[in-house]
Amino acid sequence: MATATRRLATLTGGRRVDPTMVIAWTIGTALLVLVLVGSYRTLASGHYTSGQWFDFVVFGLAQGGIYALIALGYTMVYGVLRMINFAHGEVFMSGAFSAFFLADFLERRGFIAEYPVISLLLLLVFAAVVSMTIAVVLERVAYRPLRGAPRLVPLITAVGASFFLQYTFRGLFGSGVRVYPTVPLLEGTTFGIQTKLIVVFLGALATLGILWAFLTFSRTGLAIRAVAEDREAAALMGVNVDRAISSTFAVGGAMAGVAGVLYALVFAQVQFFMGFLPGIKAFTSAVLGGIGNLPGAAVGGLVLGLVESVGPSLFLDGLGIPAAHQLKDVIAFTILVLILIFRPTGILGERLGSRV
Amino acid sequence: MGARRFLPRSLILSLTLVLGIACQQLGAPGATPTPAFQPPQDEIGVLEIKPGEPIILAGALVIAGPDAALGTDSMRGIEIAIDDLGGQLFGHPIELIKEDTGCNPEGGQAAATKLAANPKLVAIIGTSCSSEARVLAPVINDAGLVMVSPSNTAPDLTDPAKHVEAYLRTAYNDKVQGKVAAEFAFNVLNARTGATIHDGSIYSEQLANVFADEFKKLGGQVVALEAIGPDDTDMRPVLTRIATQQPDVLYYPIFTKAGGFVTRQAKEVRGLENTTLMGADGLFSPDFIEAAGDAAVGLYLSGPDLTAFERGYPDFVAKYERKYGEKPISVFHAHAYDATMMLAEALKKVAVQAPDGTLYIPRKALRRALYETKNFQGLTGTLTCDQYGDCADPKIAIFQVVSADAAGWPDQVIKKIYP
Repeated sequence: MATATRRLATLTGGRRVDPTMVIAWTIGTALLVLVLVGSYRTLASGHYTSGQWFDFVVFGLAQGGIYALIALGYTMVYGVLRMINFAHGEVFMSGAFSAFFLADFLERRGFIAEYPVISLLLLLVFAAVVSMTIAVVLERVAYRPLRGAPRLVPLITAVGASFFLQYTFRGLFGSGVRVYPTVPLLEGTTFGIQTKLIVVFLGALATLGILWAFLTFSRTGLAIRAVAEDREAAALMGVNVDRAISSTFAVGGAMAGVAGVLYALVFAQVQFFMGFLPGIKAFTSAVLGGIGNLPGAAVGGLVLGLVESVGPSLFLDGLGIPAAHQLKDVIAFTILVLILIFRPTGILGERLGSRV
Repeated sequence: MGARRFLPRSLILSLTLVLGIACQQLGAPGATPTPAFQPPQDEIGVLEIKPGEPIILAGALVIAGPDAALGTDSMRGIEIAIDDLGGQLFGHPIELIKEDTGCNPEGGQAAATKLAANPKLVAIIGTSCSSEARVLAPVINDAGLVMVSPSNTAPDLTDPAKHVEAYLRTAYNDKVQGKVAAEFAFNVLNARTGATIHDGSIYSEQLANVFADEFKKLGGQVVALEAIGPDDTDMRPVLTRIATQQPDVLYYPIFTKAGGFVTRQAKEVRGLENTTLMGADGLFSPDFIEAAGDAAVGLYLSGPDLTAFERGYPDFVAKYERKYGEKPISVFHAHAYDATMMLAEALKKVAVQAPDGTLYIPRKALRRALYETKNFQGLTGTLTCDQYGDCADPKIAIFQVVSADAAGWPDQVIKKIYP
């Protein structure tokens, strides 16, 4: 603590030290020490085998991949509009929920067992299209009319839209849990890892790759990047800003839809409220990686997934805290606090020039 | 002008005189042959139900969301009880208000606030989940109402230090369920090491703890006491953690959504291949079977022993099937039926009817009458209430899931195997 204060003093040229910063750094340092002590003691106790650590990492990466895909939607919208689309978790839910009906239909026809790969692709495309449509309509109806309004206004409509979508699905399809059919191809293990986790992780990576290529090489991608950089200048250069923003929502929505199906493959349950927590977690991932920064969202998602999976055992086991896994959300958000204290712009920071 | 002012004054004077005489005549002893009706007095208030007005009961149960089967099933038990009462008491129709409690403290609080504000409410049948009752019961207590729960099982609610007067239940106490589950695990499954998972709700946490304590008493070793959040989806890390201990049995008294995740993912985690999975009455529904899929087959569930219920039970099930077109979808319908009947019995004891048909229900006396319930013949057994509100005749059994096809619920899906 003393060293932190001194370091801060030298950083600010020894003049005035902001007391809130001192408090923040103190808390941060204390948390960091706890994490380090806990990890050291857990590892020293040899409670877990390396195989189990490996399993933790695999679970974390699969979950993290899904977070990353949702986080991209948050970060892209933030990049072009400087607003947080809090209804994005519901866009994810609508994709997963709608694809359930297709999956159920295919299952009844025995199509999934016969052509598993085609079925999976169908599900992914269907979910992506549904989510994309909902995201675009959302932008047109709830956000575009408010584009000139103060920043808080679209934030509130976003929350409203989120409730609207949740309760629309609840009204239409009930509040119970729907269960996805299992895909026989994805059951079992490959190289000692569950096949579906590998598929989900690779699926997430592939989708990220496609997004990157789309933004880098396509004209629409270029337009989106231009609008993110400077909306007025882009408009003056002949970029159709409205279309670019719609495209941003469309792309973000599609990613969320894909994430929805991947999520359903791993967890097999859908419910109208399922988008809330992943939405919050993905938003956290976006902030963790540096909001507005695409690779940042991906990295943030993976880091968050990993921390949630490995963290409770690694940090808390050594501290002798019982039932550590109940605290995984605490750990996830503590990591967020730590990152924001020590690196307010997120892990990768917000690179203004190449935003989105 | 003068004449006008004089007229009213004389009118008032004469009216006062007439009234005075009338009062004198009424007050005279023995002037009327029959004594006037006296409504009952009560410390916390008397509910007055005018002729033609309904007797309002509330079912505060979880009737929406993933655990809807639990509360809906109980609600049907109440409805059948009302049908069996002929839909009326003392010539007043019985009206049932349905309130969703969400199976969480927030839902319990919302329902409590709404119900406590209804001055015409007689009593509450509810709640479904213990966590709801924890916050609902004190509010109901302060409002002068009374509640009988058909499915709260947490020991905490009838703990002498925490029990509130308005709270009674026909559901068994988990001190019994946890004990039977532990005995089954130790004696029948021959498990020597055990682990538990709870979801932080009082039902779940206390049942897990009772199981662990009883298991230890029997000579078993508890190797892990874990917890999850009710909205968690990824259970693999916590299961991996448990797998490091390789317990013989894993007991997780949680609810539908999380229960589905744990059951499915337990099959995917290395090191749990030889662990027997056991759930409890919170998972007793076709919805859970569907959520867990094939992974549910082989799972053991502790819950009320439906086969040990009284002779009237098959009849009740027949009525249930006729009315709702399906077999009971959870296990607390009979407890709810008994709760309603017990309440009707108490009402019959304390309610006073005026000659004009107005019904008076003294609220404190109603509570007292419920606590005085003794050897009440219900569907679930012979109910006798103790001073802390436990009325159940606890009969616990262990069932096994034998098929993942929820359509065959319950006969083709669960089989009783102990005792």
